[in-house]
Amino acid sequence: MTAFTGTGRLVQLALRRDRIQLPIWLVVIVGVLAALTSSVTGIYDTHQEQLSYATTNVASAVARAFNGAIAGPSLGSIVAAETFVFLSVIVALMSGMTVVRHTRQNEETGRSELIGAGVVGRHAPLTAALIVTVGTNLVLAGGATGVLVASGLPGSGSVAMGLALAGVGISFAAIGAIAAQIPESARGANGLTAAVLGGAFLLRAIGDVTGAPRPDGLAMDSGWVSWLSPIGWAQQIHPYDSPRWWPFGILVGFFLVAVGFAFLLTAHRDVGMGMVPARRGPRTAPRWLLSPIGLAWRLHRGVLLGWTIAIAVLGLAFGTVSDEIDDFAETSDAIAEYFTQMGGTDALLDAYLAYCMGLFGLAVAGYAVQALLRTRTEEASGRLEPVLAAAVSRPRWMLSHLVCVLAGVVVLLLTAGVTVGLTYGLIAADLWGQLLRLTGAALAQLPAVIVLAGLSAALFGLLPRWVTAVSWASFMICLLLEQIGELLELPQAVLNLSPFAHIPNVPVEEVTASPLLVLSTIAIGLTVVGVLLHRRRDLTPA
Amino acid sequence: MTVAISVSKLVKNFGTTRALDQLDLEVATGEVHGFLGPNGAGKSTTIRVLLGLLRKDSGEVSVLGKDPWHDAVALHRRLAYVPGDVNLWPNLSGGEAIDLFGALRGGLDPVRRDELLERFALDPTKKCRTYSKGNRQKVAIVAAFASDVELFILDEPTSGLDPLMEAVFQECVRELKRDGRTVLLSSHILAEVEALCDRVTMIRDGKRVDTGTLAELRHLTRTSVSVETAEPLSGLDELPGVHDLSLVNSHYARFQVDTDALDHTLRHLTRFGIRSLTSTPPTLEELFLRHYDHGNDRVTTGVAQRAGA
Ligand SMILES: Nc1ncnc2c1ncn2[C@@H]1O[C@H](COP(=O)(O)OP(=O)(O)O)[C@@H](O)[C@H]1O
Ligand SMILES: [Mg+2]
Repeated sequence: MTAFTGTGRLVQLALRRDRIQLPIWLVVIVGVLAALTSSVTGIYDTHQEQLSYATTNVASAVARAFNGAIAGPSLGSIVAAETFVFLSVIVALMSGMTVVRHTRQNEETGRSELIGAGVVGRHAPLTAALIVTVGTNLVLAGGATGVLVASGLPGSGSVAMGLALAGVGISFAAIGAIAAQIPESARGANGLTAAVLGGAFLLRAIGDVTGAPRPDGLAMDSGWVSWLSPIGWAQQIHPYDSPRWWPFGILVGFFLVAVGFAFLLTAHRDVGMGMVPARRGPRTAPRWLLSPIGLAWRLHRGVLLGWTIAIAVLGLAFGTVSDEIDDFAETSDAIAEYFTQMGGTDALLDAYLAYCMGLFGLAVAGYAVQALLRTRTEEASGRLEPVLAAAVSRPRWMLSHLVCVLAGVVVLLLTAGVTVGLTYGLIAADLWGQLLRLTGAALAQLPAVIVLAGLSAALFGLLPRWVTAVSWASFMICLLLEQIGELLELPQAVLNLSPFAHIPNVPVEEVTASPLLVLSTIAIGLTVVGVLLHRRRDLTPA
Repeated sequence: MTVAISVSKLVKNFGTTRALDQLDLEVATGEVHGFLGPNGAGKSTTIRVLLGLLRKDSGEVSVLGKDPWHDAVALHRRLAYVPGDVNLWPNLSGGEAIDLFGALRGGLDPVRRDELLERFALDPTKKCRTYSKGNRQKVAIVAAFASDVELFILDEPTSGLDPLMEAVFQECVRELKRDGRTVLLSSHILAEVEALCDRVTMIRDGKRVDTGTLAELRHLTRTSVSVETAEPLSGLDELPGVHDLSLVNSHYARFQVDTDALDHTLRHLTRFGIRSLTSTPPTLEELFLRHYDHGNDRVTTGVAQRAGA
């Protein structure tokens, strides 16, 4: 028996377990790429429009922060700018999570002890997870290339773009492989992978913002910071304008080195254990823990802290970048003209800030859904049973969690408003005014956020076994409607399905009370339904 | 006799599966009552109905004179529960989990808590994620036994404990009984039930198959005997009440004998000059087999399931 014995069987097992999940990821990613490509090729169909897109990208640091630096004034490069960074984040998440699922999560649930008791080598689980993930990425590359070629983009560039996405995927498969060795929980390993992904996104954003324009002003070379990020490497392939193949060497090289490191770590630890040893806890519980609300707070606070830090960093970054918009308006005639077209610098700034607040609203809604689903995790894992077998009523237990979710959501929105308000207020030399105005704008997202949380609460009461899947699906639908709904020219009735569609576009628009009140009432109604239904149903294990 | 738990004609369905089918159960105040049945028989389901965690479909259920679904909170102040599968919060220490369960139930005695921690040799500073199944069970057991309540509902509480801890557990249950508390103990382990229980209810497929004291149940069952004699054995196969006879050689036999046929069988054996004799009381499996034998070919699955499910 070698260290790799049983890999083939584990690959089969993993494919069986993921037979629904991975196809859904692939279909969604390729589908989003197809939809975005078709709308981009429809909008930028003349050379003039393509030139103007490239000029804007070179001029706007904000555009580059999200879309990357443009490689040239071609349709293909515009498609790459509009899709690549966004999709590579999703591909990275899919890849990292798949590796963690088939390694650390198996260990955590004890599945791999069962596997290990059969004839399975020490390195077989990780090898199998990597084979499945790399294979998935290759299928993804094929699908993406097909979609791009079908939209009429050049063949070799489309192959390069498909492979570039897969390159990001395998890099994060390797990062997931390392992350899976460090903490003892799958949640921790996924968190670590996501943190690295956030870092990779931020580094390439800095690189793209600080890049150097080419002499013709229609393309931009990313700054050196981009070279610290796997997403940055993949961007430098420039599939459609002066393509470069050697960054693939870096991606594959990184994959091999990182996977080698992960195998080294596997060889030096026990199954089920992490690199970070578990810490000791107190002998007796602090007084504040000894109630349903104390327990709920204990269960929510760690995740909330992580989110607060992430939101604060993003808020400071978004606020600081707003400076660029002013600067650019002053530096060049062409850009000043562009801004004037957009309605003047102030209007553009406000549009940017409103866009940021919308993003924060969605992000915080993601937190709200995650935190609310804690109720289901508690029930499905069997930890709720002994709590309800004590003198705790079901509504009291559920309200404890709901209070924590609501408090967390308010904290996160305040964090977003205060950090953006602080940085932008300092830049605009209007600290208190902006602080107040942007904190208000952030809090205006609250009703939409709690509608999504309320929906999850109602589903928890109604369909406990489905609440996790359906809640995340609703969140994804809102995310897609908000982010690409207008680009896809969906009818307003469809866009209106998202509660965020009804939030006034503050600070561009004035705050109006009635939609906020209606949304809040819906949220409260859904929550009450959830509490009542939960009171009436059987406790339902996983 | 006052009644602590009374269940009659209880029915509980999960979709199309009928988990409890007209189940009856009666537990007297102050007794330790064994609740026996193969895996999947419906023990945990019954207990969850008794705790108001599941809703009954029909039948009557009363715990300490109250309806467990409607009066759950008031009722739960007066009872303590140890689940069959103890799941704890990975980030809490064992000590925190114990205090939490105690407090949620209405308080626990800190002196008794520390004494129990010592007796069960449980380190309360470890994070729950690092506990084995047995240690997680100890957390629930300590939290339950440190509570001053009338009724203890224990669902296979010792399935992960080693023999030493099993002995400590039995000692604790005896102390509870001495204090006049009522215990419902679901179990697989006959030795445990034998050592602790005043009365036993056996269930299978959601129905009660028998109830009574162990002696009463034993009466219907068989003892295994191995015997070695000086003279060659004869006539055993014709004795009433002797079953599954196997003659290893003419001086050595193994067989089973009905409890009420034990006396005349031994008289028969002494005629051949007994060199050695071992007799084993019926195991739980044999008790099950006897009870679940009646015209049903699922006997073996009943016992085999104990390993799985
Ligand atoms: N939540 C549930 N959903 C569906 N079936 C269940 C559920 N809980 C228990 N069952 C079924 O009910 C029967 C009784 O199970 P259980 O009470 O756990 O048995 P025991 O505790 O005696 O081993 C089994 O067939 C089991 O599969
Ligand atoms: Mg059970």
